[in-house]
Amino acid sequence: MNLLEVRNISKTFGKLVAVSDVSLAVKPGELRAIIGPNGAGKTTFFNMISGFLRPTGGSVVFDEKDVTALPAHERVTIGMARTFQITEIFPELTVRENLRIPVEVAAGYRLSPWLSKDTDGEIRASVAHLLQMSGLTEKADRLVGELSHGDQRATEIMMALALKPRLLLLDEPTAGMGDQETYDITQLIRRLHKDQNLTIVLIEHDMRVVFHLADRIMVLAEGKMLAEGTPKEIAANEAVQAAYLGKAAA
Amino acid sequence: MNDRFNARKLIVLAGIWVLLLLVPYWMPPLGGYTALGTRVLVLGLAAMSVNFLLGFTGVLSFGHAAYFGLGAYGAGLSLKFLAPSSSLALLLGMLLGGLAGALLGTLIVRRRGVYFAMVTIAFGQVFYYIAFQWSSLTGGDDGLRGFSRQPLDFGLFSIDILSNTDNFYYFVLFCFAIMAAVMGFILRSPFGRTMLAIRENERRARFLGIPVERHIWIAFTLSCFFMGFAGALYALLNNFADPKGLHFTQSGDFVMMAVMGGMRSFWGPLLGAAVFVVLQDYLSSVTVNWMSFVGILFVAVVLFFPRGLLGVIRQKSEA
Repeated sequence: MNLLEVRNISKTFGKLVAVSDVSLAVKPGELRAIIGPNGAGKTTFFNMISGFLRPTGGSVVFDEKDVTALPAHERVTIGMARTFQITEIFPELTVRENLRIPVEVAAGYRLSPWLSKDTDGEIRASVAHLLQMSGLTEKADRLVGELSHGDQRATEIMMALALKPRLLLLDEPTAGMGDQETYDITQLIRRLHKDQNLTIVLIEHDMRVVFHLADRIMVLAEGKMLAEGTPKEIAANEAVQAAYLGKAAA
Repeated sequence: MNDRFNARKLIVLAGIWVLLLLVPYWMPPLGGYTALGTRVLVLGLAAMSVNFLLGFTGVLSFGHAAYFGLGAYGAGLSLKFLAPSSSLALLLGMLLGGLAGALLGTLIVRRRGVYFAMVTIAFGQVFYYIAFQWSSLTGGDDGLRGFSRQPLDFGLFSIDILSNTDNFYYFVLFCFAIMAAVMGFILRSPFGRTMLAIRENERRARFLGIPVERHIWIAFTLSCFFMGFAGALYALLNNFADPKGLHFTQSGDFVMMAVMGGMRSFWGPLLGAAVFVVLQDYLSSVTVNWMSFVGILFVAVVLFFPRGLLGVIRQKSEA
């Protein structure tokens, strides 16, 4: 049984075919990487999974339920959480507040006018746990907008995690990061995958990260699936090498 | 550090309330009069209601005077035709403004940014023209007259809020305190935090599972209820409801008060209203072009202190 199944999905913008007939199946507990040259349609593909874009053809099935027509916020409610290529956080709130909001929403309190003392305590504890897991405890009361890019990224990932998702979608988690930050984020993702057995799909450009983390890799080029397999198979694939060297894939 | 911060907040809060409670004692010696304080409270509450949306949900309504005006007409009509009760008038005024907001809000919240502001203006103007044209009910251009606020009747005793301006000031302060408390309570709630989330980053809020349109609608409706209440108080203050109170220039004044005072702070709009009202009172006796001076001040604040007057005071005290 697959947790996520994307069936023959396509997206066209006017005459431009961004994604054409791509399928993907992800098992529970799997970490899947999506790679491909710039303009391959990775982010468009990702946006259709998370509900940011409606596909022009094909369907998305999550946990045996067809979610193709489900609005984005409802996909979150059934267990799909995502991060963005350009970090999306609440810059003028503290790290603690950034994490508290998803914790409250996931616990079903988004419309509550107040919380009981017990509930408030539980929520504080969950937030403290997330802070500790990400190593952000010392920066908890600083505004996220003032933190380094790496810490902002970590905050965004923890916000997604605060929703207790069954599927975590990460769009280029190490984009624009230095070596140390890349290493830290990679370790964080690895811990989430190995220790919590979380199912993760990520887009990534940094091949060190991809080959370090992924169970399986899917390669997109010009909107189509070029190859799919284990990191070893992908490394040996001539079509993939050709695509990355800029030659015609034929 | 957190405790010290909270202690300072408490002191500031206590200071604000002592200042408000003693208005009838310090305002007249400074050359003002108590009714000026009442006006500040009423318009301040309206500016705080606009800011509930602008500063805390991040959406700009340029038509909130509509719900203010509806509150005023609701209170006036209630006193004139239904029953001689000030509290009933306040209740009905608030309901009229709030329910109109709830209804129109369903259409308004689908738009964002400039379009949101335009749609709010358009709906606001609809009410202006209705009040302007329907003279038989609303008094048209002359406004709604022929009612006055009634004493508060508690059975055993009653309080005269009509001729005793100090009593009326304290009555308005009491109403203001309740509304401010409710507003503060909502902003500290989990729902209030989703409003901040939408202000900060709508896309992130949506992908945390928050149905953004529905939450903006709730915030919009709540702010219209506050607005309707402020409008009803305004009708009691003047014993008069004016179609100009529905006009979008009035909405602009409220936005100006909020921005001038500081839209990221809870009390900023009250300070903005105080500056606006006092300047208006003082300058309009000197020149008919008083609005130009308020405008210059507004531009200066926006250019040099984008966080508003209260934002500057805060920065200074933290440095």
